Amino acid sequence: MNKTSLCFDVVVRNPKGLHLRAINTLVEAAARFESIILLQKDAEQADCASVFSLMTLGAEQGTQLKVMIDGEDATPAAAAIQHLFENGFYELDEA
Amino acid sequence: MLELHGIPVSSGVAIGPALVLDPDGYSIPRCTIKRSDVADEIERLQQAVASVARSLEESRARTSAKMGNSTGEIFAAQLQMLRDPRMMAELQRRISQLQHSAAYSVSQVLHNYAETMRRLKSSLLAERADDVLDIERQLLFALGAVTTNPLKDLSAPVIVLSNSLTPSETANLDRRFVLGFCTETGGPGGHTAIVAKGLELPAVVGIGPFLGRVGEKTQVIVDGDRGRLVLDPDKKTLQEYRIGQEQQRIFARSLEQLRDCPAETVDGAHVLLNANIEFPYEVASCLERGADGIGLYRTEFLYLSSDSEPSEEDHYRAYSQVVQAIGDRPVVIRTLDLGADKMGSRPLVDRENNPFLGLRSIRLSLKNQDLFRPQLRAILRAAVHGDVRMMFPLITTLAELRQARMLVNVIAEDLLEEAIPHRRDIPIGMMVEVPAAVLMLDRFVQEIDFLSIGTNDLVQYTLAVDRSNEYVADLYQSSDPAVLRLIKHSVEVAATANVPIAVCGEMSSRPARALLLLGLGVRSLSVPPNALPKVKKAIRSVSISECQEMAARAMTLESAGEVDLFLAERLRKLVPELTIP
Repeated sequence: MNKTSLCFDVVVRNPKGLHLRAINTLVEAAARFESIILLQKDAEQADCASVFSLMTLGAEQGTQLKVMIDGEDATPAAAAIQHLFENGFYELDEA
Repeated sequence: MLELHGIPVSSGVAIGPALVLDPDGYSIPRCTIKRSDVADEIERLQQAVASVARSLEESRARTSAKMGNSTGEIFAAQLQMLRDPRMMAELQRRISQLQHSAAYSVSQVLHNYAETMRRLKSSLLAERADDVLDIERQLLFALGAVTTNPLKDLSAPVIVLSNSLTPSETANLDRRFVLGFCTETGGPGGHTAIVAKGLELPAVVGIGPFLGRVGEKTQVIVDGDRGRLVLDPDKKTLQEYRIGQEQQRIFARSLEQLRDCPAETVDGAHVLLNANIEFPYEVASCLERGADGIGLYRTEFLYLSSDSEPSEEDHYRAYSQVVQAIGDRPVVIRTLDLGADKMGSRPLVDRENNPFLGLRSIRLSLKNQDLFRPQLRAILRAAVHGDVRMMFPLITTLAELRQARMLVNVIAEDLLEEAIPHRRDIPIGMMVEVPAAVLMLDRFVQEIDFLSIGTNDLVQYTLAVDRSNEYVADLYQSSDPAVLRLIKHSVEVAATANVPIAVCGEMSSRPARALLLLGLGVRSLSVPPNALPKVKKAIRSVSISECQEMAARAMTLESAGEVDLFLAERLRKLVPELTIP
């Protein structure tokens, strides 16, 4: 497989934002792929392999994030990440 | 050897090994390691991570089974933190490149994460900072770097070095082992400083960041006279300080002979020399040093040194202990002065933007009568045992004074009805520590039995300087001409109305300033017990006319600096023994 780079925007939809549980889900999802998955908020970048970098990003509901994925399985990884954000980390009915 | 400077808040010299506290109250070893040990140290770190991960897995299994998955999720999240590749990389970088010990690296890295999270606007994550600190603590335990609170189980003498110490932490220091302390933050008039004086612990505050430069067990010297902290002193410095300590001891012993002499000037003017205390046990040292009485009994310690709210009986027991110990000498009990930098276990006020201008002291007491009433009852009850006087702090308006006095009357009625022994005819006084009270003093004197000038707060409110803020510490001077004018005015008003007036702030404990106060007409001073001998020595070395000349000249000067220079020069002439080299 070839190395692919993908870049797209997502919005944090769940009311609690990227808090502990959502981060946990995100890190677990990202760990299933070889690709490096980065989130960018303004000038700050977070690595989806690192809980601490996601926690210190502090993305609340409504925040727009740029997702950058680099690696051989970038395409399925992008689908998985997009799915999580679109479904608000399965927390949308909790509001 | 490294010499650092800060604000001297409690006099004396202490020499001993350092005990460094981090903000959570346990000590972090700020150690570096040998280059050859880097691999071993990384190995140690990995083992610690593995062992904490194991115990988290166990906790998760246990709690998930018992309380469902949501509690277990906390542990799952902590496990994720522990496995964070970036954290691991950063820790290894610090160990291999900076040669920091594993424990030091852990405390630095995780503290940074927690700090960043605390600053986030999203409160949900900000609260999670505690989880990060929790991981830090577990790792440090696994590394064998911390035991429990190092202040709780001391067994050898130490000098406590810390970013800050709260008044209650200071009050709880184990006096058998803590020789002195230094903090990075803090100002000259903060409550921590006052507690340090009460404990007679040499202390220097507001040094600025220095903890990163102190290793475990580093030998340090705290010089509470000159505001100096010496790390790793060389032989010569150590020797000088040891000799200095010895000379101090000899001088202190020579002052002991003054114990039974009256505080009288050479031309026979008698000065009442009382003591300020914070803890009942201090009465013993007051008597040893020949105090005329207790001029200021601060009652907050009951709140600061206990986790639970003190009851009326707790108050009563403490006051009775003081009153009975001091015999027939007077005791001025100041009612609660809580708030701002003095907070007990129960939060009495929400976060205030300007706590020193907020709900503190008498204002807080009048608003929280469930807190104030037990104290007033206890004071009236303890008054049957001796010469008790009651004093209200921070009175700003006549209405406050009237409201407080009315409450005392109501309390006395209650006690009478309940047939509980008490005295209701005790003298009632107020602190003069707000410029508004000074300006209205001609009205206050018509309704009050005695006055006491609290210079600590008077300086703060006159000069608009937060007394616990090290950044403006240089402005915080009781020798400022503006403060001197307010004192002079107060003394004159009191004299005209024939109301006794004392000065009980820290100002009166500095011999040169004490003499200046005599020159301004003050005849009653109240000082920390360890200042009694030197202030008495100063009083007995001068005549009132010399003090008056001193005051007349000081009142013509324009700045605190000029006043201090002049006073220092006069003190050198009049009482050379008291000059600190």
